[in-house]
Amino acid sequence: MHLSRPARVALRVGALLGFTVLYVPLLLVVVNSLNPDRSSSWPPAGFTVRWWRDAWHSAGARDALWTSVKAGLGATAIALVLGTLIAFAVARYRFFGREAISFAVVLPIALPGIITGVALNTAFRTVLEPLGIGLGLFTVVVGHATFCVVVVFNNVAARLNRLPGSYEEAAMDLGASPLRAFRDITFPLTRSALAAGGLLAFALSFDEIVVTTFTAGPGVQTLPIWIFSNMARPQQAPVVNVVAVVLVLLSVIPVYAAQRLSSDTTAGSRV
Amino acid sequence: MTKAAGMLHRSPRLRLALLLAAPLTWLVVAYLGSLAVLFLSGLWTTDPFTSDIVRSWTLDNFRALVTTEVYRRVALRSIGVALAVTALCVVIAFPIAFYTARVARPRWRPLLVVALLTPLWASYLVKAYAWRVMLARGGLLDWLLTPFGLDGPGYGLTATILVLTYLWLPYMILPIHAGLERVPDSLLDASADLGARTARTLRTVLLPLVLPSVAAGSVFTFSLSLGDYIAVQIVGGKTQLIGNLVYSNITLDLPLAAALGTVPVVVIVLYLLAVRRTGALSSL
Repeated sequence: MHLSRPARVALRVGALLGFTVLYVPLLLVVVNSLNPDRSSSWPPAGFTVRWWRDAWHSAGARDALWTSVKAGLGATAIALVLGTLIAFAVARYRFFGREAISFAVVLPIALPGIITGVALNTAFRTVLEPLGIGLGLFTVVVGHATFCVVVVFNNVAARLNRLPGSYEEAAMDLGASPLRAFRDITFPLTRSALAAGGLLAFALSFDEIVVTTFTAGPGVQTLPIWIFSNMARPQQAPVVNVVAVVLVLLSVIPVYAAQRLSSDTTAGSRV
Repeated sequence: MTKAAGMLHRSPRLRLALLLAAPLTWLVVAYLGSLAVLFLSGLWTTDPFTSDIVRSWTLDNFRALVTTEVYRRVALRSIGVALAVTALCVVIAFPIAFYTARVARPRWRPLLVVALLTPLWASYLVKAYAWRVMLARGGLLDWLLTPFGLDGPGYGLTATILVLTYLWLPYMILPIHAGLERVPDSLLDASADLGARTARTLRTVLLPLVLPSVAAGSVFTFSLSLGDYIAVQIVGGKTQLIGNLVYSNITLDLPLAAALGTVPVVVIVLYLLAVRRTGALSSL
């Protein structure tokens, strides 16, 4: 499409402005993690690495980080299995209710987290508690998996829709069992979509706070919960800033990896 | 083993049943089941002294929802905020996505996408608090605007819309970017060859093609804004959205909270059904 020179310049300036707005709050967090003033006053009062030292020694932050990693891994594992199963059913079969299923998969992420959270909380307390399973890390994993399924589903379904089913049929015509056809043909072809979906699911779980609030038992503190309870405290706010900076820096790696892996689907839009 | 495999091979229905058994148990029984129970409890009531749930059927909660002035106002305000955030996101996201997908050099595009994805995965809370610090009296925003004789918006409804727009903007940019990237150059060339100017090509060729992407992005911006109650607490001052009403009633009056919760759920489901017509849900 031919764009006039002024139009190009305008778009470039507009995009630059947009990126600036996206990154200014993040840069402010970096600045405040080095700001000696506890209440993050502007302009910064000086420079200190004290909060970085404190954060390194903060047991609360470390425990929370570890809890979040465990919850994220658990939720991702469940989401990978369930999301892939639904993706195969929807992409490879025509059956009654197919549309309804692909609609229902979207619901857990589209409906407000507070509704999902309260509904699961009530269900857990009425169904699981009589069985002796109280709210804890397990219920967090279940809650997160519920809304993580959709990203795995979308990634894998998009890939399957592009892969002709004839590859599997050819394998089976040549005598492979369905399991063998899956292992040797389908799985290698969908592996990168699975990985991309898994990474996004992990990231989604890692940052979730609302559903977590309602499904975590006492004593189970994921990182966002830790941040929420410490951010408002002047004593802890600078340490939270440090943790946030570290997380942004660390998140670049999985984000970049997911983008590379899913680059043959649509450029990382599969949030 | 081979016998089982043979049976699997011959019977697609069996294969389908095996594929769907676990996920449907999870999704329909566990998730939709708990939602259904929650909304049924909206028809119950609570003992005003003990806050215990009394399982007698009544429409009181839903009647309160329709007749109480505050609930009506907050519900309308929440929908208004969600629509405003969505509209702002579309307007801001389109030029950015247009740049990253069609104007920037192809070599830079993957990097630009990573640059768009990174703020998305930076903690929601930290971003909201960063805005709280920026919006504070004498904060960065005041500091930037004072030379122009302006004041920052302070905490309130404007700040809420601003911060929600910021939080969900990448969810809008990314699908539009992907949609614009998928449009083949040949279509735009054909349009130009047939004599359409840039503005006409944009309006009659490009926009209809990326509309599903905009719809996909709007699912996020709209539903995430409609359900939010944390960002409002952080930057909204005294502003209340429907999420806050649900949250504040959960411990004392769960049936009322459930009835209030039906508002965003019904609105979002209707929105999703409308959006599904554009085929956008499969490109989320």
